[in-house]
Amino acid sequence: MEDGELRTIGDSQTAKNTVAPIDLAKQLETRFGELLSEPAEFRNEITIKVSDAERIPEVCDFAKKDLGFDYLTDISSLDNYGDDPRFTLVYHLYGYGHHCHLRLKTDVSEEKSEAPTVTGIWRTADWHEREIYDMMGIRFRGHPDLRRILMWEGYPYFPLRKDFPLAGRPSDLPEVAFTAPAPMAGGPFVTIAGGKDTISREPRVRIPDTDSLGMNARVERRKDIQQSHGRAHGPGPVESRQPNG
Amino acid sequence: MQTRTEIGYNSKVEGDVVVTRLDAAINWFRKNSLWPMPMGLACCAIELMAAGASRFDIARFGAEVMRFSPRQSDVMIVAGTVTYKMALAVKRIYDQMAEPKWVIAMGACASTGGMYRSYAVLQGVDNILPVDVYVAGCPPRPEALLDALIKLQSQVATEPVLSTWKTVS
Repeated sequence: MEDGELRTIGDSQTAKNTVAPIDLAKQLETRFGELLSEPAEFRNEITIKVSDAERIPEVCDFAKKDLGFDYLTDISSLDNYGDDPRFTLVYHLYGYGHHCHLRLKTDVSEEKSEAPTVTGIWRTADWHEREIYDMMGIRFRGHPDLRRILMWEGYPYFPLRKDFPLAGRPSDLPEVAFTAPAPMAGGPFVTIAGGKDTISREPRVRIPDTDSLGMNARVERRKDIQQSHGRAHGPGPVESRQPNG
Repeated sequence: MQTRTEIGYNSKVEGDVVVTRLDAAINWFRKNSLWPMPMGLACCAIELMAAGASRFDIARFGAEVMRFSPRQSDVMIVAGTVTYKMALAVKRIYDQMAEPKWVIAMGACASTGGMYRSYAVLQGVDNILPVDVYVAGCPPRPEALLDALIKLQSQVATEPVLSTWKTVS
C-alpha cells in the first residue's frame, strides 16, 4: 500500500493534495543546503540533522511558514555522556494540513549548554524548553521565562543528565524543599554513566555507584556479602531515616 | 405480628445515668467522629474518594466529613506519592491541624516511596510526620482504608486523655 493512501483516509482535502514528507525535506534542503544533513526516512517520518544549533530558529521558521509545520509536538534532549558534543536537542514537528512528521536534531556542547529559543515561532515551546532546562541544564537564549518547571527554583542539579544518580543527591533549601538519596538496594535498573549496558552486564544486578554519596563502607560490606554467599543479590542497605526539613 | 426489640442503650433499664470513665467517654466521642484531612496526592486519592462514596460509605465509621481546612481536621490521610516538592507543604498542613491529630499513610508510596526509588520522591511520609497506621496496596482497596480507620479508632479508644492533662498542670 502506498504511504499516501494511508494518510488520506477520511480526509477529502488531503486526498487531493497528498504531500510526501520527503518532498518537504527536499524543500528544506534546497533552502538551507550544507547546513542540513541528508534526510533519513523511517516509517514515513523524516529526521534531519542541523549542523549549527544557532540556526535552529531560522530552519524552524521556514518549516512553519513555508512548509506548513504548524504544530510543535515536542522538544526533547539527549545526553550523549562521554561524547563531544554532549547534548542533542530534538525538535518534533507536525503539520495539521499535510499530516507529515519532521524531526530536527542538533548538537549542543557541554561548555556552551545553550541554544536559541523557538518560542517566537511556536508559543508552546515555552514549557518544552523550560523542562529541558530543568532536567538537562541547557539554557535557551531569548526564552521569555526560563525557570525550572518540575523541580523547585534553587534545586542544585539537573537530574536527567547521565552522570546524575537515579537515587538522587542530598540537597536542602530551607522552607522550600529537601532531598535525600533513595535506597536503591542494588536494583537491576540502576545504571552508571559510561558503565556497561544491561546486555553486557548479565546478570543485570550491579552495585550502585555510591562513592559519590560517601558510602564506600557500604560497598565494601556488600562485596563481603557477595563473596560469602557467592551471589550478587542480597538485601539492600536500609537508609537511615532522618527527618531533614 | 412482628415484635421489635430495641438494641443497644435501653433507657428503661439504665435510666438517665451512664457510668463510665471520662477518658473512655472522650475517646468514644473522638473515635466516632474522626474528620479526615484528605491529602490526596496521586491515584490513592481515587480510592479514598471511593471510600467516601455510597458503595463503601466511610460515614458508617463517622469519618465522612472530609475537611479541606487543616484547622477542622483530626486525621490526615496521606493518599499518594509524596514528592520532595510537596513534602514541606504536607508537613505545614499537618502542623496547622489542631491536636489531637493522627496520620494514616495510605498505600505503598506514602508508606515507603513505593515503586518510586527516585531522586524526586520522599521515601515514606514517616520521614516528616508521625504515622499511626500504614495501609499496604498500590493503591489499597477502599476496604483496606476502612480497616485502617477501624484500627485507628481502636488506637484512639485506648489513648489516655485526662492523665496527660494532669502531668501538664
